Amino acid sequence: MKLIFEESQPGRRGVRLPAVDVPTEPDLPASLRRESSPSLPEVSELDAVRHFTELSTRNVGVDSIFYPLGSCTMKYNPKLCERVANYEGFSALHPLLPQLRLGGMLTQGALAVLYEAERLLAEIVGMPAVTMQPLAGAHGELTGIMLIAAYHRARKNKKRKIIVPDSAHGTNPSSAAIGGFEVVTVGTNRQGNMDLEALADAIDETVAGAMLTVPSTLGLYDAGIVKVAEMIHDVDGLMYCDGANLNAILGKVRPGDIGFDVVHINLHKTFGSPHGGGGPGAGPVGVSKKLLPYLPTSVVIRRDDGTYALKYDLRDSIGYIAPFYGSFGVILRAYAYILLQGREGLIRVAENAVLNANYVMHRLKDHYDLPHDRVCMHECVFSASRQNKHGVHAIDVAKALPDRGFHPPTVYFPLIVPEALMVEPTETESKETLDAFCDAMIEIAKQAESQPDVLKGAPTTTPVGRLDEVAAARNMDLST
Amino acid sequence: MFIANTEQQRDQMLEAIGLRSVEDLFAGIPREQRARSFDLPPGRSEFEVRDHLRRLAEKNAVNLVSFLGAGFYDHFIPAAVDALVGRSEFYTAYTPYQPEISQGVLQALYEYQSCICRLTDMEVSNASLYDGGTALYEAAMMALRVTGREKIVLAGGVSPIYRNMIECYTANLAIDFEEVQREGRAIDHERLGDHVDGRTAAVIFQNPSFFGVVQDLTEAIKRVHQAGALSIVSFYPVAAGLIRSPGSMGADIVTGEGQSLGIPLSFGGPYLGFMAARKKLVRKMPGRICGRTIDGDGRQGFVLTLQAREQHIRREKATSNICTNQTLCALRSLVYMTLLGRQGLGELAGLCAAKATYAKQRLAGIPSVRIDMTLPTFNEFVVRLPRDAAAVVGDLVDKGFAAGFPLGRYYPSMQNDLLVAVTEKRTKEQIGALAEALEGVL
Repeated sequence: MKLIFEESQPGRRGVRLPAVDVPTEPDLPASLRRESSPSLPEVSELDAVRHFTELSTRNVGVDSIFYPLGSCTMKYNPKLCERVANYEGFSALHPLLPQLRLGGMLTQGALAVLYEAERLLAEIVGMPAVTMQPLAGAHGELTGIMLIAAYHRARKNKKRKIIVPDSAHGTNPSSAAIGGFEVVTVGTNRQGNMDLEALADAIDETVAGAMLTVPSTLGLYDAGIVKVAEMIHDVDGLMYCDGANLNAILGKVRPGDIGFDVVHINLHKTFGSPHGGGGPGAGPVGVSKKLLPYLPTSVVIRRDDGTYALKYDLRDSIGYIAPFYGSFGVILRAYAYILLQGREGLIRVAENAVLNANYVMHRLKDHYDLPHDRVCMHECVFSASRQNKHGVHAIDVAKALPDRGFHPPTVYFPLIVPEALMVEPTETESKETLDAFCDAMIEIAKQAESQPDVLKGAPTTTPVGRLDEVAAARNMDLST
Repeated sequence: MFIANTEQQRDQMLEAIGLRSVEDLFAGIPREQRARSFDLPPGRSEFEVRDHLRRLAEKNAVNLVSFLGAGFYDHFIPAAVDALVGRSEFYTAYTPYQPEISQGVLQALYEYQSCICRLTDMEVSNASLYDGGTALYEAAMMALRVTGREKIVLAGGVSPIYRNMIECYTANLAIDFEEVQREGRAIDHERLGDHVDGRTAAVIFQNPSFFGVVQDLTEAIKRVHQAGALSIVSFYPVAAGLIRSPGSMGADIVTGEGQSLGIPLSFGGPYLGFMAARKKLVRKMPGRICGRTIDGDGRQGFVLTLQAREQHIRREKATSNICTNQTLCALRSLVYMTLLGRQGLGELAGLCAAKATYAKQRLAGIPSVRIDMTLPTFNEFVVRLPRDAAAVVGDLVDKGFAAGFPLGRYYPSMQNDLLVAVTEKRTKEQIGALAEALEGVL
């Protein structure tokens, strides 16, 4: 398919602008003016519509097919959430309006959304407060790390290290390092839990905190977590919870109740916002009492008269991590989602997410190696090591799925499982869909034995076949 | 509603797994680790939630005639942008790790990167960052990595919103952060020179400046280069239709807020941070980058490339911790730039600037108002009022205007200064009405 630039015709245009209604010219000398306008595409509105519609047919989302991408919670999101985010009363609202004198009164609806969503999320994670500002999960992690640093600075603690399990998302060690800490990796034991002996060896007075994912990236609940928290707290370290997997534990476990001091919440995973092909997301961060003084500026408060306001006078705040109040459009979707689901609905989300994952695990465990054969949470991690004997790798299993109408699971993560295939079905999928997916996975496992070469050639029904990523990195054709 | 399985199916599944109840699935969580509370309201119907949100939306004053900008602009968004970006194949997809079924998003990112390069006259662009402020912070971190130096210098006229963000992000790092003439509306080369030395990794500029002033940065950037440092320019992309690009002035890294390219104001986000750079710096860039390649049959295709820079591969040694970025916002801006096209962007920028000139002249006609007419501006300018600008803006809200941004909020010496922005949506009549209303309250 052509690039939009290849569809251009000089002089063609897709938008008509208002006529010039002022007698004035731009107030700029020629030396500051560009000689000619940038060479953007030149197409009609229909050309653009055809181009992007065709592009969309070369892409799949949750609305198209089953998308069991582990660690990503690719659930169906209610259409109402999209609708409300587009209400003009929200979408046309300038973020500086509440910073004008008495401007808070001009934005009471938006401030109410921020305040109420914050209260709901605080209860969900069991923390006294949540900052809504972080703009994505990793941004929440960095915010959390900065809060931890501020806590130790205030207490004049000499802290240098953050402990991260070897099963962690890559963002965890990266956020800790970018926040100025040294990363210490601790291993995982045979049961898939954090190795407490290795942890004991790694802990000293310079440990600022530990970052753990609950449930772990192996899709397992590690009951030893309270022990980890005790050990970290003993050296005045703080416990960070990567909330990427919160979908599994809604109403069952709250990070704040089991010893965590910080948690980020991926609204685009658990709470009603689609992933947008890779964002935008939102990563609000909940904190324990210890970290309340350091929350980013500003916070939304509710006054005694029931009106809402922004508070900027926060003496010990880490400052401004975002230009304004967070990824408001995403927060709005999450607010609508939580109201739709309610208490019982969210508990059912967790229960069905876990049920679906266990069902898939049960159906596939005779066909793929299962490194940790115990009840899983919202996702299950297989290994394609058995298929390796026939020369078939996890990537080959993944690439065979689109030809059968499914998006692949996450592959090669977590890093500690060789040839990992990580399946997260989510609660919104039906038994029929899971059965069809499992049938396809079983058929692929059989084909791995009988016709491994056929799998190596997959996919064959997609707009392109396997792409040459080595050439892409070498040639660096990054724009035209 | 959003859960498909019936009770009967749930029982069948439990039986297959060999468990008796859903509760058995959570047996591995000790009782004392269970949620101590989960006090949330009961679920509500779609109709009730929609009604509730609609009422909240109505409590926001979006009907003011707005001259509020300060980096975030009220431009018109064509209907086709929403229609196309609203296709669920785009917005319900994940990051395109599996390129064969993600060619739509990937090709769009390649086209987006191409458009950003064309706007800025730079060689490479990444696939987006969160917003203009985090993009600027990432650019500063990138310059530190590239040069191995430890100082970042902020030239005058950089957005105080971004300044605050960079200060926040670097608080725990061994980085010196110096600011030159914070309130200066144009670059003071001499004072800038005092701050640039062998320890300087980069100097950050903004064009047009926060105060709306369009500058030729060529000489300043030359001096930065003479000191072995990099130049970073934060840029307003709509201005690219009229003013010289940062690339043509020698910039090494260009960042900016892409909100003005078809993304709604939406009370502060989600927005779009863009970043472009010289090709030789590409391996130090943060974020996703899309590249063009071929498949086994020689067909053109697109993939995420140079991933060895990224957190999922490099972990604590990655160039940035970013994972989820702003792909859908990048797609919005691409559709917007496509619809506007080469001519449209030029006309749009010209229209904004012409209307801003008119507003400048009208407001300067008010006897007690001062505007420095010697400074070239794009679509925003500073108005000095005879009394506190915040109070004046408050008075004008009552008359139906969001008259601009009072600068005293960030600059103590500018209590009487108002930053006024004009987009193509403002008419001659509205500008005239603002002038009359302003004169009336002074």
